[in-house]
Amino acid sequence: MLSVNNLHARVEAAEILKGLSLELPAGQVHAIMGPNGAGKSTLSYVLTGRQGYEVTAGTVTLDGEDLLALEANERAARGVFLSFQYPLEIPGVTAMTFLRTAMNAQRKARGETEISATDFLKRAREVAKQLKMDFDMLKRPLNVGFSGGEKKRMEIFQMAMLSPRLLILDETDSGLDIDALKIVADGVNALRSPDRAMLVITHYQRLLDYIRPDQVHVLAAGRIAASGGPELALELERDGYDRYARAA
Amino acid sequence: MTLSLALEARDLAQLPSRRDEDWRWTDLRGLIRELPAPSPEAVATPAGPFGEVGEAELLVVNGRVKGDASLLNLAEGEHRVVRLRLVSASGGTAHAVRLCVQLAAGAELILLETHEGQAGGYLADAHLSISLDQGARLERIVLADDEAEAISVSTAEVRLGAGAEFSQTILTHGARRQRLETRVEHPGQAAKVRMDGAYLVTGRRHADLTTAVTHGGADGVTEQLIKGVVADQGRGVFQGRITVSPGADRTDARMGHHALVLSDRAEVNAKPELLIFADDVACAHGATVGALDEDAVFYAQQRGMPEAVAKALLTEAFIGEVIDRIGHDGAREIARTWAADRRVV
Repeated sequence: MLSVNNLHARVEAAEILKGLSLELPAGQVHAIMGPNGAGKSTLSYVLTGRQGYEVTAGTVTLDGEDLLALEANERAARGVFLSFQYPLEIPGVTAMTFLRTAMNAQRKARGETEISATDFLKRAREVAKQLKMDFDMLKRPLNVGFSGGEKKRMEIFQMAMLSPRLLILDETDSGLDIDALKIVADGVNALRSPDRAMLVITHYQRLLDYIRPDQVHVLAAGRIAASGGPELALELERDGYDRYARAA
Repeated sequence: MTLSLALEARDLAQLPSRRDEDWRWTDLRGLIRELPAPSPEAVATPAGPFGEVGEAELLVVNGRVKGDASLLNLAEGEHRVVRLRLVSASGGTAHAVRLCVQLAAGAELILLETHEGQAGGYLADAHLSISLDQGARLERIVLADDEAEAISVSTAEVRLGAGAEFSQTILTHGARRQRLETRVEHPGQAAKVRMDGAYLVTGRRHADLTTAVTHGGADGVTEQLIKGVVADQGRGVFQGRITVSPGADRTDARMGHHALVLSDRAEVNAKPELLIFADDVACAHGATVGALDEDAVFYAQQRGMPEAVAKALLTEAFIGEVIDRIGHDGAREIARTWAADRRVV
């Protein structure tokens, strides 16, 4: 599904990604682990098309289509979803309005008709119920005054509503206590399916106890320094990133 | 020095200029090289932006009152919703109007005021003398829809009795040069003032919201939220002055002005002032001028919105905070649509 080949990218003058390659097949969950400054967040922004991140070499394709040629919103319409480390607060826009605007923009980009207000509301109620969310939260301005856990849950809600094909979770565990972490992980696990792929970016092994990856990659100094099964995460937890940082 | 004096006396020297401290960002003398001929009789389009909301309409075309101006005088305890349409219907000419709004004790008026430019390049002046007796309530909602080449000045002078409430929301998208000024004599004595506004300025338009509130007695409340969005070569001006006179103790006054500047050549000039000569007051002001939050724009794009849609949603939300504070339900939704139609990206 997602194929990253020899990706080089820079932010302003600094080269952050230096030849990163990665194959993520449909139906699989891959974890990207790495020390601070390894390029984890840069990778998520490059994949999602944030301005200011310049790709200098390499390719990224989603089902064979060149992702790098598309605008951020076009990638979203193709099913790329980034769960933010720090979801934004948007005063003056309710979660419902924000999400319906986003959903209809995606549908328009795919040549589909807009979802009616009634159908949207119905679906929102169903999904909120599944995620054990208070429906009234959706009537409040998006993320304004929400706790860290509530913000992450709102990300999962959006994810479930938009039904993306490639999920990128950027440090989804940061700032969460164990209870909130479990709720978020349950929401993510419920979305696992044979035609969906997930990239879980994390600093700590903890999240991977709840979202079990098929493969773990170590990102150090802008490239994949090692890959392995879930046991690699435990090894990193025990021994730290020193070995890879030195090798790079 | 006012535009109305200059028009009355046919004397350019009466125009305010940048030498007048209160007019330094909205210079008229430098702009108006000769006074245009007086506007002729004219007719306006049948319906204004507020359509059929409310019970009565007072129409003013080219400075001529076309109806019963006593609609703006309310007897004790009377309630009314009135549309006041100030229409400029002739291009390249000048006109002025003076109106009085008088509310007897306990009266309540919703004043839906529109400034409608239906021709190009006119020069318009409007003056409202507003007085509220004890416990009277006025909500004034202004949609200033001047034409791009117009020069327009509107001034409201407001006097309040004890326990009166004056609430105001002005929405404007400017003109060649435009000033909307409100001056309030606040008696304290549990009277309340809310003076909100928003300017949405594009092209080469200029919008100036100037307010002055003088608290003359104790226990008065004033709150103010002004927001602005400027793009292209537009210019927004906010001058807000709250004076707390000696003896006006326990005054509670809050002023906020926040603006988004969306292009390099757009400009915002802001002068928030609190002049406090009393003790035991709670006064605060906050002012911010900045760009749209890029993180928020990317967040919305990542969820699927094209950049223009994301920016429009965010600026609409930014202005929405002002519109949400409008008390009259029907007027609030019309104001929201009006602002959305003139949104700045």
